[in-house]
Amino acid sequence: MVDLLAPVSMGLSRTPLVRLEALSPPGVDIFAKLEWVLPTGSIKDRIAVAMLEKARLEGLLSPETRLLEPSSGNTGIALARLAMMWNIPFTVVMAEGASQERVEILKTFGTEIVYSPGDEGSNGAVRVAGEMAASGDYLMLNQYENLANVEAHYRGTGREIVEDLDHVDAFVAGLGTGGTLMGAGTAIRESFPQAQVVAAEPPMGELITGLRSIDAGYIPPIFDPDRIDRRILVRLAPTIEHTRTLLSVEGLFAGPSCGAALAVALRIAREMRSGTIVTIFPDAGWKYLSTGIYTGSIQEAVKGATNQILW
Amino acid sequence: MTHTIRLPTILRVHAGGEATVSARGGTVGEAFADLGKRYPGLVRQLLDPDGSVPVFVNVFLNDEDIRYLQGLNTPISAPSEIILLPSVAGG
Repeated sequence: MVDLLAPVSMGLSRTPLVRLEALSPPGVDIFAKLEWVLPTGSIKDRIAVAMLEKARLEGLLSPETRLLEPSSGNTGIALARLAMMWNIPFTVVMAEGASQERVEILKTFGTEIVYSPGDEGSNGAVRVAGEMAASGDYLMLNQYENLANVEAHYRGTGREIVEDLDHVDAFVAGLGTGGTLMGAGTAIRESFPQAQVVAAEPPMGELITGLRSIDAGYIPPIFDPDRIDRRILVRLAPTIEHTRTLLSVEGLFAGPSCGAALAVALRIAREMRSGTIVTIFPDAGWKYLSTGIYTGSIQEAVKGATNQILW
Repeated sequence: MTHTIRLPTILRVHAGGEATVSARGGTVGEAFADLGKRYPGLVRQLLDPDGSVPVFVNVFLNDEDIRYLQGLNTPISAPSEIILLPSVAGG
């Protein structure tokens, strides 16, 4: 194992905040933070570094450590890079149905993949990883429970936004673990108390068939629903349409969660006469090419992507 | 005023396998009560014994989570779509 005292912020940099020039309606400024410039191409590099650094400071890392993490892709990839650099064996638990690109990247980074039942979605990955971690053989950082996830967005993502803007009326971010909404949302509210914190939610639960009952739903422990102001559902068709719009209108080759965030930002923009909306674009489109969401009719793209985990 | 209610796969068993059902009412709670006349098993999944929406169930009225509106008292002023979803993680 290499020296764990080496700077663990390696590769993290401030991400650009850009105004969506063509898509911002008159009187409203929509800014997007482009997280895909980070080392593995997603916002999750922030939390991977923060969670491993916290584990190191707590003395949880040793030459015998084996890392384990449930992830739909990006967190696994971000942790895989660090695990590879530090020679820590890493296993990611991912639901069947993740795009081929994610699988190939994880293999390239030397990660073992354990598949959880696709019909349970990411909830199944959390369940299976929890069962594996119970053996005591693994260190599971657990992005859904780890406060370093929230901290990374409070100290990083949120603070950068506050430094870059003079005013924020609404902050829009996708809801996955809740880390971005909790961390960056808090930082933004501290500086701009009137700012609304709005979650963009993908309709992932609709087709999940593997839950025993609706009670088997999963709320990440780090997510406190009382700390957001609105939660807006964005379905697959508008998600894909807005993802394509980002490319054709703004020239941004974005992943689908960016399209969902844009859809919500535009909905809020329509409700205001003037103001500033800031949103997060978590990753770029490269990892989703095989899902078919960028080409052909929207109808075909929706059909093709319906059983895939995009978030 | 009739509303369309979309059910996630795991709830369809309580509605004869249907993906969408209809209900009438001037609030979300009234629509659920109307639904309960035909699908009592479905409504038992959607409401806790104290009559509130369980934390694991997300109810979206025209794509807005009703928790951040007025909950079950949220008025519905025009024929609308209500989407029910279980809580699912991402990341």
